Amino acid sequence: MQKIFNLACGSFYALGAYVGVSAVGWYVGAGGPPALFIVPLALAGLAVGVVGVVVERGLLRFVYDRDETFQLLMTFAIVLMMEDAIRLTWGTAPRSTAGLYLTYGQLRVFGATAPVYNLIVIAASLAIALGIGWLLTRTAFGRIIRATADNREMAEALGVDMRRVYAKVFTLGTALGTLGGALVIPATAAMSEMGVELIVEAFAVVVIGGLGSMRGAFVGALVVGLLRSIAISVYPELEMLLIYLIVIAVLVARPRGLFGGAAA
Amino acid sequence: MKAGLAVPLGVAAIAAAPFVASTYHVLLMLPFMAYAIVLLGLNLLFGYTGLVSFGHALFIALGAYTGAFLTTHAGIRSLEVILLTAAALGALVAIPVAALCVRYVKIYFGMLTLAFGMVFYTFVLKFYRLTGGDEGTPFLRPSLLGRSLDAMPKIDYLVGPYYYYSLAVLGLAALVMWRIVQSPFGLCLKTIRDNPVKAETLGIGVTRHRFVAFVISAVYAAIGGALLGPPTGNVDPTLAYWTHSGNIVFMTLLGGFTSFFGPVVGAFVFIYLQNWVMSIVPYWRLIFGAMLAVIVVFAPDGLLGLVTRRRPALAGRG
Repeated sequence: MQKIFNLACGSFYALGAYVGVSAVGWYVGAGGPPALFIVPLALAGLAVGVVGVVVERGLLRFVYDRDETFQLLMTFAIVLMMEDAIRLTWGTAPRSTAGLYLTYGQLRVFGATAPVYNLIVIAASLAIALGIGWLLTRTAFGRIIRATADNREMAEALGVDMRRVYAKVFTLGTALGTLGGALVIPATAAMSEMGVELIVEAFAVVVIGGLGSMRGAFVGALVVGLLRSIAISVYPELEMLLIYLIVIAVLVARPRGLFGGAAA
Repeated sequence: MKAGLAVPLGVAAIAAAPFVASTYHVLLMLPFMAYAIVLLGLNLLFGYTGLVSFGHALFIALGAYTGAFLTTHAGIRSLEVILLTAAALGALVAIPVAALCVRYVKIYFGMLTLAFGMVFYTFVLKFYRLTGGDEGTPFLRPSLLGRSLDAMPKIDYLVGPYYYYSLAVLGLAALVMWRIVQSPFGLCLKTIRDNPVKAETLGIGVTRHRFVAFVISAVYAAIGGALLGPPTGNVDPTLAYWTHSGNIVFMTLLGGFTSFFGPVVGAFVFIYLQNWVMSIVPYWRLIFGAMLAVIVVFAPDGLLGLVTRRRPALAGRG
């Protein structure tokens, strides 16, 4: 939406994961019932999204008027800083919320066994996707965001305070990133490399779906997720390779992505 | 700037380093010279053509793995053969990659090169029979000008013959690149950077020129990559990772992409500063990230730009 390709979104994801682990650790340590661990997890993930404000006000706003190259490099600077900031705070060893993953038990769906936690996360992400869609298409704020993305000067001339819009949009994006990181944690472990790893996957999702298209991002995520699972079970060597090849194929055949608009 | 005086002085200083500096610092000069070659090529694309690649680690790794494969598996130890093979392979791989990438500019170009870089990274990581997976492949000591130097102690070899060999390759690479950017071809590239539409109107084949610039920069990256191998004696997949591509763009920006020798200065400062910072605290990324942010905001022309005060070519409204 801001037309900034943010290399740092993976770093926010990693940050959310670590904060999530810490929050759950503290929650369990304080004697909270394990069945509700998802509440502090999600709250912590959302709360740490405020770093978005700091990053946007402190760094990104200086490069809005610059060439895209410098915007890209600025987000790369954030990647470098965040990676070490996380190492400095949480150390280098992977962290996990041991044992809480299966708190909610498992469920048989269509003949396959799935942990209930996964189903909760799927439901939550669907709800978030719908919420974002509603925000963008049905509210005044959403209309302002889309107008800004279309034509910044015009929106500004009509009295939109660009600084506030950018700060809000970036913070929202960051909060979603950190929330995603926090929610994935019970199923895996937080590692300082996860941010740099994720960016490449997120990049694949966005390119396949089309830059600046929410529906596209959703479909892209489904495509990437499914392909990875299929590739892992058929020919593991090809797992990530296959995704990159598809990214390249999409960029070559349809540079705007499967759902990209005309003016991407 | 008085480049006429600065260049011979710089070359003399590098040539004299093994006699005056400590072995530790002389060893740091080896990656510096290798990266300087890579960056001379990268800047043909970045500074002169206006395309920023986030995937040139692909060609560095390709060059390094070529050398590792030839010395370890094929029994070929001649560094001349290794460098020529690396250059040829670099060009061979660059041709299809460039043909696809130069159809786009700006952020799409960066993203597409990043994707290609990661394809190669995954390939290196997964096909461990060929590449040794995440452990990498040993890069055995190459012979120089047909003379096997296996009997020499490793340090003597690196600060002696190998050091001057690298310097000679760097000198040659810089000379050739200087001729390229001064040629009509180089002028065309600058025209394309400043105004692609006008260039097209003037009859310059924009896509074809970008393509050739990309292939040349890939050849430089492969040669530089091959020279990175011998000092460590091992090449591993991190060479191909996208953050490595980011780091070399960082080096170019640090020195200044608007001048010919800016990237060389950037490589020097980056490597020494990184070593110095890491000797104090392990968190060099935190400091370098902050440094990069400061450069992007306040000194987009880099260090040499601060000296020469030239107008930034890429700054301002894109």
